[in-house]
Amino acid sequence: MDLFAETGRYLLDPDSWTGAGGLVARLLEQLLLTATALVAAMLLGLPLALWLGHLGKGGFLAVNVSNVGRAVPTFALLALLVAADWPGSADFGPYGRAGLATLIALVLFALPPLITNGYVGMREVPSDVQEAADGMGMSPVQRFRRVELPLALPVVASGVRLALVQVWATATIAALVAGPGLGRIITEGFARNDYAQGMAGAVVVALVALVLELAAAAVQRAVDPMPRGPSPDRDDAVSVPSTTVAEAPTGS
Amino acid sequence: MTILGAADSGPSCYSRFVNEWFCWQYVEDRHEQITDALVEHVLITLAALALGIAIALPLALVARRLPRLESAVLGFSTGVYTVPSLALLPLLVPFTGLSAATVVIGLGLYALTILVRALLDGLRSVPDDVREAARGLGYGRARMLTRIEMPLALPVVMAGLRVAAVSTIALTTVGTLVAYGGLGDLISHGVQRDFRAELMTAAVLCVVLAVVLDVVLVLLQRVLTPWTAGAR
Repeated sequence: MDLFAETGRYLLDPDSWTGAGGLVARLLEQLLLTATALVAAMLLGLPLALWLGHLGKGGFLAVNVSNVGRAVPTFALLALLVAADWPGSADFGPYGRAGLATLIALVLFALPPLITNGYVGMREVPSDVQEAADGMGMSPVQRFRRVELPLALPVVASGVRLALVQVWATATIAALVAGPGLGRIITEGFARNDYAQGMAGAVVVALVALVLELAAAAVQRAVDPMPRGPSPDRDDAVSVPSTTVAEAPTGS
Repeated sequence: MTILGAADSGPSCYSRFVNEWFCWQYVEDRHEQITDALVEHVLITLAALALGIAIALPLALVARRLPRLESAVLGFSTGVYTVPSLALLPLLVPFTGLSAATVVIGLGLYALTILVRALLDGLRSVPDDVREAARGLGYGRARMLTRIEMPLALPVVMAGLRVAAVSTIALTTVGTLVAYGGLGDLISHGVQRDFRAELMTAAVLCVVLAVVLDVVLVLLQRVLTPWTAGAR
């Protein structure tokens, strides 16, 4: 395939990495977007989800927010935010053109997996463990911090991992509405019939996505207080039984 | 003629000067274009889902027999779903070109990852004593699968299919990258021309389509698994 050779040549050409619209600049832009949106979504969503899970209230909402999030097309929401008067496609600091619209969309799409897994994780702490904590004279705050939170952490971390994948994918799609990020390399390539450039951008996006996913999986294993064997997929298969909705792609 | 008509009654609600978000006039004037996009959207979604099911079923059955293959299949599907859709489509272009097949295959791969998981979970949810009872009644492997295991796995499988269907509807819009995005093409055009009525109409139709398909699948599940009606 000739296209593969051209893609390789594009990737090996230093000129395509440097410069204002080069791969490095776009990569940093997208990483900055992803990190900002993920942190913002965690600050917003996790306290709420953990608190609801601790109280055991609002479960219907917390679990179904994922399903609603999946039905909303990423691209359509981004398009609406960009076309609206606010936030529009104005510049936003280091995030570039349409940066604020993209950030808002990213945070919105990161929230569902965080909320669902945060809630489910807290609810799945066995009730006899909670009773034992009460019996030992722990206050609700102590029980939350020293018993429930550590036990819920693997499921919560799995939600963060899903959110990360989701945010990275959404940040790529932002390019379809002239937003910042690596997707621009892809859309610019396609717009100019330079498919080698489009392919090259896609390769970089896919590779970084896999690296992020592997890193997140490693972090998830590290925070598990009770490692359950070396199987690489147990977190997907075991820790969220019957609520596997939380494990499925959310319109990436 | 249309220009004259517009001059009579002032600018229509989707003219460049008004540019309203919701405009029924737009839907009436462009209903052919909207219907075409809607039909394309539905066809791409259904083709992708059919492709996903066609591959997922044998894959899940083989993976169930061979545990080593199962972790490979699950690992592969996690990998595929990690790749953003906007990156997956260009990676398919060298093989399928700028055609609807690119979108169908790409979305089929995403659907596949959900469906394989759902099928494996569903088959695993069949109680062992039911299997033993069937074996005791003289069921062979094939008949056990079609008469006992698949029906019992159906609720879990259908839950997976609903997830796959809804996310495929949403993802089809990204197909606009290769100009086969159904309603996504309208959204893309709407953004480029700052055409709010077109943009909003397409976005709303996307969500409506997802809800309708979900309801259809729920009804289908009710029909296929009448014994679960009381439990729900």
